[in-house]
Amino acid sequence: MKRRDFLEKSLPAGLLLPGLVGGLSFKAIGAESPLSPLFLPTTETDHVLVIIQLNGGNDGLNTVIPLQNFSNYVNARPNIYVPENKVLKLGTAGKAGLHPALSGLHRLYNEGMLQVVQSVGYPTPNFSHFRATDIWMSASESNQVVNSGWAGRYLNYEYPNFPNGYPNTSMRDPLAIQIGSTTSLTLQGPAVSMGMSISNPNSFYNLVNGVQDPAPATPAGKELTYIRTVSQQTQQYATVIKDAATAVPQQVTYPTGNSLADQLKIVARLIKGGLRTRVYMVNFGGFDTHAAQVNATDTATGTHANLLQRVSEAITAFQDDLKFLGVDERVVGMTFSEFGRRIKSNASTGTDHGAAAPLFVFGKNVTGGVTGDTPSFGPSVNVNDNLPFQYDFRSIYATLLNNWLCVDSRDLNQIMLKNFQTLPLVNAGACKKAVNLSGENLISNYPNPFQGNTVITFKTNGGHTLVQIMDTTGRVLVNLTDREYPAGTYTLNFSGGTLPAGVYYARLQNLSVQQVRTMVKVK
Amino acid sequence: MDRRAFFQQSVPALSPQTMATPSSGLTAFAGPLTDTELYHLLDRCFFGVSRADLAHFKGKTLSAVVSELLNPVAPLPSPPVKEYTPAATTANPDTNIALGSTWVNDNNTDGTVNSLRRASFKKWWMGVLVNQDRSLREKMTLFWHNHFATETTDIGNAQYVYKHHNLLRTRALGNFKSLVKDITLDPAMLVYLNGQLNTSTAPDENYGRELQELFCCGKGPGSQYTEADVKAAARVLTGWRNNATTNSSYFTVSRHDTGNKTFSAFYNNTVITGRNTANGGEQEIDDLLNMIFATNEVALYLCRRLYTWFVYYDIDAQVETNVIQPLAQIFRSNNYNIQPVLQALLSSQHFFDSLSRGCLIKSPIDLVVGLCRECQVVFQPASDYITNYGFYNYLVNWASSMQQNLGDPPDVSGWKAYYQAPQFYQIWINSDTLPKRNQFTDTLVVNGYTFNGKKIQVDGVALVQALPTPRDPNLLLTDLINSLFRFDLTPASKAQLKRDFLLSGQSQDYYWTEAWDLFVSTPSNTANTTLVRNRIRDLIKYLMNLAEYQLA
Repeated sequence: MKRRDFLEKSLPAGLLLPGLVGGLSFKAIGAESPLSPLFLPTTETDHVLVIIQLNGGNDGLNTVIPLQNFSNYVNARPNIYVPENKVLKLGTAGKAGLHPALSGLHRLYNEGMLQVVQSVGYPTPNFSHFRATDIWMSASESNQVVNSGWAGRYLNYEYPNFPNGYPNTSMRDPLAIQIGSTTSLTLQGPAVSMGMSISNPNSFYNLVNGVQDPAPATPAGKELTYIRTVSQQTQQYATVIKDAATAVPQQVTYPTGNSLADQLKIVARLIKGGLRTRVYMVNFGGFDTHAAQVNATDTATGTHANLLQRVSEAITAFQDDLKFLGVDERVVGMTFSEFGRRIKSNASTGTDHGAAAPLFVFGKNVTGGVTGDTPSFGPSVNVNDNLPFQYDFRSIYATLLNNWLCVDSRDLNQIMLKNFQTLPLVNAGACKKAVNLSGENLISNYPNPFQGNTVITFKTNGGHTLVQIMDTTGRVLVNLTDREYPAGTYTLNFSGGTLPAGVYYARLQNLSVQQVRTMVKVK
Repeated sequence: MDRRAFFQQSVPALSPQTMATPSSGLTAFAGPLTDTELYHLLDRCFFGVSRADLAHFKGKTLSAVVSELLNPVAPLPSPPVKEYTPAATTANPDTNIALGSTWVNDNNTDGTVNSLRRASFKKWWMGVLVNQDRSLREKMTLFWHNHFATETTDIGNAQYVYKHHNLLRTRALGNFKSLVKDITLDPAMLVYLNGQLNTSTAPDENYGRELQELFCCGKGPGSQYTEADVKAAARVLTGWRNNATTNSSYFTVSRHDTGNKTFSAFYNNTVITGRNTANGGEQEIDDLLNMIFATNEVALYLCRRLYTWFVYYDIDAQVETNVIQPLAQIFRSNNYNIQPVLQALLSSQHFFDSLSRGCLIKSPIDLVVGLCRECQVVFQPASDYITNYGFYNYLVNWASSMQQNLGDPPDVSGWKAYYQAPQFYQIWINSDTLPKRNQFTDTLVVNGYTFNGKKIQVDGVALVQALPTPRDPNLLLTDLINSLFRFDLTPASKAQLKRDFLLSGQSQDYYWTEAWDLFVSTPSNTANTTLVRNRIRDLIKYLMNLAEYQLA
């Protein structure tokens, strides 16, 4: 039996649950449209995903206003509702509309480049920023801890040998780039982070060091400057990033005083500059609007409106720039926030932590429209009431992996850890997988997926060598070997018959070298 | 552009005032001894400073602290044990030594056994460093190893290696002149610099040269010994050999040059009378050392070496006048006892001058051992020496790959970082070693190292838990930075670190406080515990990747 067939038979069939009834208009060309090949990318590996994190929990009901349910909305939020006549209606049906500060995104919607997915969430939502953020980034269940990120697992699937043998001729660029000082859980692979962080590609200092205080005029400052200088020179990807950045002399004008715009401007530049990086991540904070999210005298303005305006202007400038640079065919973006906010507003003209919320997917190859019903709730809501979710956020990820980043649907489970529906969000074109066999393969197993036994083959450079099996939480199940070896290639048998079905990792540690192999256990 | 050209282009020009050295001298430092001063002092005297070290010295006066540093009370470490098993093919395996017993008193000339023992010695030494006492003993032992540099692979005999090393440690804070004499007659040194081959008929100048050039006089402007002095010293040193049974050296008159030896004007034209008696060899060495130590140069040279080891490498005219010369005077007037010199230096205004702080680039040993000690990485109980030696071996290998191979400096000059102008310490940091340093800290913070089913890893949460107020993200960050860096960061940088790592992009501090409190009250809440652990882990990893972490 072939690996793919085997896997397909062993996993539950995907649910096909479009859930589109009551939604708004759709663009004519869907994911399965015969016209899709018109959007064939120019090369097989050039699709890029840009993830925009809105930190703090964006108020979904004041971002996409439920016009269809407007009087109940006003009742629930008497002190912060956006007046109906200011809402930017989506489509002719006008069942929902955008906050007036989102005029740029409204324009993208009218041009068919914005998809609004209503009420995205997950079962048993968590209301802690930290935990909810980890759930969104790891794509775990609400009650499950997963120690890697969904995009990190995707990159580990595409580039299983990373970082051994990278960069190389077939992948000389970072696999993922996060703008900012930290690399988030989203980009964490099973053992190592698959991403790198940069702040400003023109400044080598900030390639590695997001935080950089000026060096004092002392001997200590002299040594600090020396080490920073070497650090810039030796940053593995410094040259390719600098080259990419300097290859783009001109971009459209981005709004100023807008940190999201600053970040997206860098992303556009690196994409146009030729990096083959697949995933970019940026973030923009301040959405934790417990109080004073609107001006009491004009509820269409205020803190939240200002935040939305920056998001809208940044994304619009980015989209215009991608078009100007001629790379808009290649890029799809999505926003996410760890949760929406409570239906009922509080007395301090703010909103507390909530649950499901709308999410935006944008780009030239996005299927424009609205997916899902307009959120509905009764005329009197309780202070603790939350919106139920219509779409699991992991369906968005699975869709983008499958239809945009070209992951074979039969391999989605090892990244998403279970099966999720795909939605008509993007025009996939004819997807081709990336070349994923570069780098130095040090550990593998066969068969994979496996039911009972699988044979692990590993290569050691000699000296102390460890092979251990871990689960997705990072827990070590067993050390298969832990001793000195002469350099060479060896095999070990792993009996996993009693383990629950799921994803496991075989980790090789050979002094300073490590590599992780993803193994799928099936019933 | 080649690497050099690129490098030269990108190093920012330093204005003259950035090169300024401290103008202060040896006057006793009278300022308050806050945590900042204590960290500075202890970081230079230890391999990394743990919170427990800081707590131990906190509240004491500077003179009490320095006195404690200069007077070790901890017993000397017990010698290395057999943790290896010679292969079946070994000609003469040391099966008479049980696993876990020391091999240092067992004579064995088998090449394979000695190779295993030298490796055992290195692992053991790393263990001693990781478990160092609260005195200057270990830092000075490594200082002397760098000063009287020898290579274990050249010495070969592991018992000689250990004996030599034990000499350095037991005399680390003693008298320099008597140490030079013992080093001169040390079996390992007699092998390493060919003293055992130095005979009247075939003189070998190797030790006679290095005794002056590297060990006593140096190559400073005042050091005026001549090639004839090298030859004359070599003649004084003829006739010594090693006894591999007693592990000691002995003198043979028949191999000794019994003629008179005449030295240059630098040594006041001293004539050392040739002897032909059984103790004549030692008497001539005493004469030789009395002559050498009568010059001004020995004290100046040693004080420059100590200054480079403990303070900084830039010794300009101001430092020479204000620090080196008075320090050398103290050295001479105290008959070459080391303690008064270190006492004066480590208590001085100059040492605590703001310009003297944070400018020492950590050696690989400083980095590797320092991380383990600062983060209080937990090793196995002493009874599990097999596992611990495996961990120590891992650390030895890392330091070696960063260009500091414990027990095997590149040559008799020691590590270049302590003598090669103009780069000095900067030699430790290059395009190969800096990524390795980052890889090392990343590995110990994120994955740890597993050996024999056990693991060493930085427990970030335990580290943070030991801080006074970890529930306050601002204080947590300030205290953590103060314990890892000799630099403070600007409020803007701290705010960014707090937001990015501890608050996950949120702006309210109480989100961290809530998560931390929940972790403390309910550690069984796996989801919350994991997120607290991961945020601390990523913060520590990030801080250790900043250039600031490479400086002490």
